[in-house]
Amino acid sequence: MKAIRLPEPRKPIPNLSVSDNQGLLQWISSVDHKQIGIMYLWLSVLFLVAAGCEILLVRIQLAIPNNHFLDPEVYNQLFTMHGTTMIFFVAMPAIFGFNTYLVPLMIGANDMAYPRLNAFSFWMTFFGGLLLYFSFLAGGAPDAGWFNYAPLNQYNYSSSPGVDYYCSGLLIAGIGTVTASANFVVTILKYRVNSMNLKQMPLFVWMILINSFLILAAFPSLNAALVMLLLDRQLHAHFFSAQGGGSAILWQHLFWLFGHPEVYIVILPVFGIFSEVFPVYSRKPIFGYTFIIGSGMAIALLAFGVWVHHMFATGLGNTVNSFFAASSMLIGIPTGVKIFNWLATMHGGAIRFKVSMMFAIAFLIEFTIGGLTGISFTLVPIDWQLTDTYYVVAHLHFVFIGGTLFGLFSGLFYWFPKMSGRILDEKLSKWFFWLFVLGFNTTFLVQHALGAMGMARRVYTYPNLPGWGALNLISTIGGFTMAIAIGLLVFIIIKALKTGKKATKDPWDANTLEWTTSSPPDFKNFDFVIPVKSTRPFRDLKRPEDADWKKTDNNG
Amino acid sequence: MIQLLYLSAINKTQSIFDSASPQAEKINRLGYGFLMAATGVLLLVVVLTVYITIKFRSKANTSEPRQITGNRKLEIIMVGFPMILVIVFFFWSLNVMNAVNPDRGSQKPDVVITGHQWWWEAVYPGSTAITANEIHLPTGRKLLLQLNSADVIHDWWVPSFGAKMDMIPGMDNFLWVTIDKPGIYEGTCSEFCGEQHAWMRIMVVAQPPAAYNKWLLVHTDKATIPIDSLARKGKALFMSASCSSCHSIQGTLATGMEGPNLTHFASQQTMLSGMMDNNPENVEKWLSDPQKIKPGAHMPRFIFSKDSVRAITAYLTQLK
Repeated sequence: MKAIRLPEPRKPIPNLSVSDNQGLLQWISSVDHKQIGIMYLWLSVLFLVAAGCEILLVRIQLAIPNNHFLDPEVYNQLFTMHGTTMIFFVAMPAIFGFNTYLVPLMIGANDMAYPRLNAFSFWMTFFGGLLLYFSFLAGGAPDAGWFNYAPLNQYNYSSSPGVDYYCSGLLIAGIGTVTASANFVVTILKYRVNSMNLKQMPLFVWMILINSFLILAAFPSLNAALVMLLLDRQLHAHFFSAQGGGSAILWQHLFWLFGHPEVYIVILPVFGIFSEVFPVYSRKPIFGYTFIIGSGMAIALLAFGVWVHHMFATGLGNTVNSFFAASSMLIGIPTGVKIFNWLATMHGGAIRFKVSMMFAIAFLIEFTIGGLTGISFTLVPIDWQLTDTYYVVAHLHFVFIGGTLFGLFSGLFYWFPKMSGRILDEKLSKWFFWLFVLGFNTTFLVQHALGAMGMARRVYTYPNLPGWGALNLISTIGGFTMAIAIGLLVFIIIKALKTGKKATKDPWDANTLEWTTSSPPDFKNFDFVIPVKSTRPFRDLKRPEDADWKKTDNNG
Repeated sequence: MIQLLYLSAINKTQSIFDSASPQAEKINRLGYGFLMAATGVLLLVVVLTVYITIKFRSKANTSEPRQITGNRKLEIIMVGFPMILVIVFFFWSLNVMNAVNPDRGSQKPDVVITGHQWWWEAVYPGSTAITANEIHLPTGRKLLLQLNSADVIHDWWVPSFGAKMDMIPGMDNFLWVTIDKPGIYEGTCSEFCGEQHAWMRIMVVAQPPAAYNKWLLVHTDKATIPIDSLARKGKALFMSASCSSCHSIQGTLATGMEGPNLTHFASQQTMLSGMMDNNPENVEKWLSDPQKIKPGAHMPRFIFSKDSVRAITAYLTQLK
């Protein structure tokens, strides 16, 4: 089968004398999916540094009992901004950065379906984040926690404009998120290279497709809640105020109907990343391709039936609680079983310990811990003891860091040569890996114990009870270790961009289409796309005698 | 008498493992069961990960491995085994859930606890006793607590007693607890409730029924009448300055409902929801500048002279 040529006018527009290197202006005005993807990633790094500084201040405050380093009001703003930023302006843009950069490349397309909508999505996220942070100058950042419960979010209880900025910022960023997802759906369904059918799509692309539907269904609930809250605060509506006949608990329903799918929204793409990384560094195909797609779909569907597990302690009654306990346990199965898919992928392979793979392997263990503590909340009576304590804080960080962030790091180290055309310093990167893993576990393992010992979350200080001071100090030390590691990572990236070794187009001996084009790809991704006859078209090309499409049954 | 009980308090713990009620004990047993299963799963993953990564690491002479894409049987086991675990734990937790939180029928609550920013109020139905922050409960009897909120969402959690329960404005929530043995049990508000969420700590004084009834009787009494002149001056100030418009002291003109009831203030061990010990020095500090001690608290700063502060302190500290 012959390669497919992608036709495009090769002559420049006549009588146009514009230099093709416009510096910053070129980035700002870009509609190229690669530049937008990279801008998403830098945006995420920027906010990671902001949210990281916020939490370091928080950890200093908590390092010793009865500390007076921060005022309670400042403390509450900082932890609220940390959570909000990490979810909406670090995790989401980082994922969208990879999606935007990689989806067209992996399906053999030259750009997204709607390039200008793509730029619009990015700038909405950018300005949404900026607006949220403007609150610091406008009289106070939001201070009611990232899930911003009613009626604490009402004007009577939070009279600084912070919560208004929270609503507007997230609403604007949320519009960008929804438009980006619509763009992904159309791109994936309509812009695949002709010869690639759905069953030959890379798993990363599959996960983005599922994820985009998840976003399209989940974000309306958040956006509606934000508008209702803005009406409450600005026009004295009373959707969420009990005194005015509204319902405090309604906010929780609307928020978690978005909020729990959101947890899967930031983990499914990462499952996609791992499903690319494990096979490449094990030199084996993914174990259970269909199974992984199926469980991804199962997660996406079940994700809308589990939100009440955030509300087991609100007194909804045993009947409601047992329904949501069952659904929450069920969703744990497709999520957890994937761990064994990846283990089976490595089994019998030839594993290369590149930093990307090291993060993937570390993820298997860290995410299992986070997953198991997650399951403990589905046992309602255990949830009644442990919800809203530091045990939850530990759990969610094991999921968001041990899961999402490890996945993003794995993806970063895997695709960096493609994106930049440079190789990251392997030795320094390994230092980064070990430092980060050490810092992460030091910070959060002890927090499980703190929760069981009775420490509630979101307290600006605590009495000097036995063990509390020591465990919190350990946690703070771990936090600073992670901060040093992140500093090292930024240094490694900048060093590679400035003086790094040039990367070849296929440094990892990979399988998918993005590695068939130059590193970094030209403005036009592909002139030719190699034939796609299996999930690993590039490997088929490199090893024609062992091509996947020649085998009928690959089950071992 | 009550002071003596404090001194002899045996346990002052608040870990979920120090259960002091059958409800907490049931949850604990489920917790240990889960911990064992979870440790098993974690060990399996860790052992497999370590074994596979060591055994199958690439060496210089490694040839292309066998390209295996799946195994139906293994996939069925991968789903089937956790499914069995899920079913077992689902029914176990259902069982515990119904034991800890049975239907309350027409049972009346033994105590009504209301969360305020940032203190607790306890009202005992059938008695005129009202207390703040230190909540006395009898041991050996299955108690029904009614939980309410006066402003934002709070959450009642005493780890030794078991479950926590949100206090939501506009809703009546309930919690069962049977306290096994007397003692002081600590807990904390577990739903973020604003600026001073950290200092909304719970102290429950669990007493044997006889001692409890005695306590309840004492606390239905009106406030003691000050004898010495300083305390009398303090009482007059309390009534004429705005204190009385937010605080109640039974038997006096002070009937405010915003702040904690102070009728038996001096019988309490701590003040400001567990933030400080209750002693004249701390009361003086607090009265001099509440916003400095507990920023955000709803008590404004009154510009009292030093003498006035001392007088009010003298009045408050004799309200046994």
